Amino acid sequence: MDQTLPEQERAGLVARMKAEQEKSGYVSEQFIEQTARSTGLSVGEVYGVATFYHFLSTRPLGRNVIRVCKSIPCYLKSSQLVIETLQEELGIVPGETTSDGKFSLQLTNCIGACDQAPAMLLNHDLHGTLTPARIAQIIESCL
Amino acid sequence: MPAKRIVLKNCEIIDPRDINTYLGREGFKALAKTLEMSPEAVIAEVKASRLRGRGGAGFPCGLKWELARQAPGDVKFLICNADEGEVGTFKDRYILQHDPFTLIEGMAIAAYAIGAKRAFIYLRAEYHYLLDGLMRAIDQVKAEGFLKHLDIQIHEGAGAYICGEESALMDSIEGKRGEARYKPPFPPTRGLWGKPTIINNVETLMNIPSIILNGAEWFSQIGTEKSKGTKVFSISGDVNKPGVCEFVMGSRLDELVDWAGARDIKMVQVGGATGGIIPYFMMETPLAFETVLGSGAVTVFDKSRDTLDFVSRTVEFLAEESCGKCTPCREGTEVMLEILGRLAKGDGQQEDIAALEELSNVMALSSLCGLGQAASIPVLDTLKHFRNDYETRIKQSVFLRSLRGK
Repeated sequence: MDQTLPEQERAGLVARMKAEQEKSGYVSEQFIEQTARSTGLSVGEVYGVATFYHFLSTRPLGRNVIRVCKSIPCYLKSSQLVIETLQEELGIVPGETTSDGKFSLQLTNCIGACDQAPAMLLNHDLHGTLTPARIAQIIESCL
Repeated sequence: MPAKRIVLKNCEIIDPRDINTYLGREGFKALAKTLEMSPEAVIAEVKASRLRGRGGAGFPCGLKWELARQAPGDVKFLICNADEGEVGTFKDRYILQHDPFTLIEGMAIAAYAIGAKRAFIYLRAEYHYLLDGLMRAIDQVKAEGFLKHLDIQIHEGAGAYICGEESALMDSIEGKRGEARYKPPFPPTRGLWGKPTIINNVETLMNIPSIILNGAEWFSQIGTEKSKGTKVFSISGDVNKPGVCEFVMGSRLDELVDWAGARDIKMVQVGGATGGIIPYFMMETPLAFETVLGSGAVTVFDKSRDTLDFVSRTVEFLAEESCGKCTPCREGTEVMLEILGRLAKGDGQQEDIAALEELSNVMALSSLCGLGQAASIPVLDTLKHFRNDYETRIKQSVFLRSLRGK
């Protein structure tokens, strides 16, 4: 049942970038150039893919990436308070990484946890019905 | 109309980690029946059921399958769209968590009907925590010998709302930027890697085993004239009990918000970011493809909520998630956001409403895909039902500026 088409070899591109990000914390320029060379795609084409997806980053990220949902259902349940609490706990604003490289704080669009709003993803794990106390606990458990 | 469980019939009843609990509830009986039918007969049954796609667009499912079946070529693909990115929608997450087996059975039937030997589940990156459970379910189904005719692979996304749009989704699987394609050709004739492809939403496929087991006639008697069966809704926002529920098509909005316990309602958005706005005085609106439905997201806003704050945040989402390929959507959402942002902050001008209306029309007519075409719906709907909020805010802004001598 081999139905692999030649063009399907490109299909693993996004997965390779995700694996690289898991390993090195980001998709570096060097990795993009290497990938372009090995796949025969242009650097621009590979860079275009790397910068298209929200979960891929071309800048180094912290070991723990926090993505707070900022879409309407979480906003209605005070996601602003979650963001402010995290800013205070971590001493950084959304888009930044702590100087010790432990945490990156990002805002993201709907993560499909509106029944547990306000919610966030810590790496791949979902944390819902957040309160300032709960957030402090979660951060604590990562230290 | 009442709550009724077809799609969710096994949820919170079976153990999603144990296929035996599924087999004990008629699991894979529909597949067995399917394999005794011709693919054409399966398609005829689904066509007769008048099942329509549950992802938002509502295209007739059987017709889609027939187009793919009839398309020339030996290599065909089936894709299950589990890129549930629509704001306020979490039903597919709930389904994947509680009943992966019905989905796999639905995919096995669909693949047999269209003649696909390979299938993909496009799982959004945000749902990575569902991956293990889903893979375990596929392995169990395989071990029981139910997937002899089909190879199911899970393809994870990387964070992009637009990849829920079927052509962008296919580009994403191909390892490209997830940008919408020009149509035609449509996926059933030229889809993934140029081959005939069917893309069905999780909830659509969940209906298939029941339709095969109970027959098209049973299914087509449920619901309204143009919307058959049930719909799974995701209810959130200003309610006491947010969650997932399943109601017969054509159920009224007030039945749903009562289920979730909402008070002091100002408006409800149905169908996600580009969904229609139902004001408090129209809560008897039936929910179906004929009226308003989309993905089945029901987001409730109480009277304390500011219309302009909501609309500008919604358009901000769409501007961020526009893939950027076509100009009307890429530029239009940005200009809309600029105007709405000013309006919400109290810096509006008299001409703003007319500009929003004109821009809405251009975007609806000329955008490449549903995102740009429907981006103006929350703007136009709130202008229709809550125009006063816009006008008052502009008047206040003009007055305040005059005090500052501007």
